Amino acid sequence: MVEATIPALRRYARALTRDSDIADDLVQDTLVRALRSEHLFHGGEVRSWLYTILTNLNRNRLRSLARRPMLSPLEDNDAPDLAGPEAGARDIERALATLVEDQRNALLLVVLEGLSYREVAEVQGVPIGTVMSRLARARAQVKSFLDGERPALRRVK
Amino acid sequence: MIDRDSPVTEDELHAYVDGQLPADRQEAVAAWLVAHPEQALLVAAWRKQADAIRARYDAVVNEPVPNRLKLDRVMQQGRAGVSGAWKAMAAAAALVAFLAGGTAGWVAHGATTGTPSSFDTITADALEAYRLYVVEVRHPVEVPGNERPHMTQWLTKRLGYQQHIPDLESLGLKLVGGRLLPGPTGAAAAFYMYEGASGERFTIYSAPATSAETALRYKGGDRFAAFYWVDDKHAYVVSGPADRDRLRQVTRAAWEQIDRGAGRRS
Repeated sequence: MVEATIPALRRYARALTRDSDIADDLVQDTLVRALRSEHLFHGGEVRSWLYTILTNLNRNRLRSLARRPMLSPLEDNDAPDLAGPEAGARDIERALATLVEDQRNALLLVVLEGLSYREVAEVQGVPIGTVMSRLARARAQVKSFLDGERPALRRVK
Repeated sequence: MIDRDSPVTEDELHAYVDGQLPADRQEAVAAWLVAHPEQALLVAAWRKQADAIRARYDAVVNEPVPNRLKLDRVMQQGRAGVSGAWKAMAAAAALVAFLAGGTAGWVAHGATTGTPSSFDTITADALEAYRLYVVEVRHPVEVPGNERPHMTQWLTKRLGYQQHIPDLESLGLKLVGGRLLPGPTGAAAAFYMYEGASGERFTIYSAPATSAETALRYKGGDRFAAFYWVDDKHAYVVSGPADRDRLRQVTRAAWEQIDRGAGRRS
C-alpha cells in the first residue's frame, strides 16, 4: 500500500519543491520515516499519513532553508521559458510560488492529489473550516497573480 | 463575494469545483450558477487553475520510480549505512507484515533480533505499573492532570530528558495525571495515566533505554496489552486494555505528539 502511493508522493513533492532531485529526497525521507512507523497504521489511513510526513518534512526543509543564506537564485533550474503551453505551466508554477506554505499545501492536496477536505484537515492538523479558508485564499491569490500576469505578457507581445 | 443570505455558500462553490459536493447539491449549485454569471466566472477561473496545476504536474506519476525510492532499496540503503537503523526498519517492516496478516516478500528474515531483553524488561515494568495503578481508584497518580506544565517540568527534571505529555482528548481520553516510578536500570521512569468516558484506562510509561532506537513492538495478554518503542534512547510503552485496534489508535496519537515534540527540540 505504501508502494502504490509513491508515484503520487513524487508528484506532490515535485509541485512543492519545483525540483525533481529535492522532491525525490523528500519522498525518500518520507519512506524511511514511514517504514519506521507504518506499523501503527493500516488501511486507508496510510495514504494521508504519508502525505502528513511529507508535508511536515517539507516544512522543516523550508525552515532550515530560511535560516541559511540564499545560495542559489530563486528561479528554479527547470526547463527554460518557452512559448505556448509551456508558458502556461510556468505561470501556474510562479503563481503557486507566491502562496503562503499552508495555503499552497492545501491547494495541492485537494487539486493535484485529490484528497478530501477531511483528509487535508487530518494532514494539516486543523479543522475543516481552516482548510476551506486556506483553499479560498490560495485560489484568490493564484487568480490575482494570473490576472496580473496575463496583461503584462500581452503587452510584451 | 457571496451574499450572507445566498442559498449557495462559497465553501459549496469550492466543493463544486473539487467534486466534493453531495450529489443532491451538485445540480442545485449548477442551476444557481446559471443565474449568477459573476460567480460562474469565478468557478471557471478556479477550474482553470486546477487544470493548469494538473497539466503541469500530473505527468510525474507516469515517470518510472527511481530505484532509490523502491522500498527494498530504501531498506538496503539503511543497511549500508547504520546497520541498527536498518534492523529497526526491517523489524518495522516485519511488524507491518505481521499486523497486515500477510507476507511481504521484501522483508528480510532474521533481521528482527533487536534487543529483546530490554524490550521484555521495560514492557514488563510498564505493564506491572499499569496493572498496579489502573485499578487504583483513590490515588492513581501523584500529580493531577490539570497540572500539566508543573508535571512536565518536574518529570523532565527527574528523568533528565524533555517530557512531552500527549493530549489524547481527541480520542476521548482525559489525562488523569502522572507519577514517578523506579525505572528498569535504576533510573527514574515517568508514568502518565489517561481515562476514557467508560472508565477504561491507558498509560504511557517512559524511561531511559539502552538501545538507541527500535521499531514498534506489540505485547498482548489476555486482558492487557502494550506497544513499545525506543526513540533517541528513550523508551515508551503505551499500555491499555487488550483491544489492539484501540490501543494502536492511542499509540499512534501518542507517538505523533512525542515525535513532534522531539522534533521541535532539534
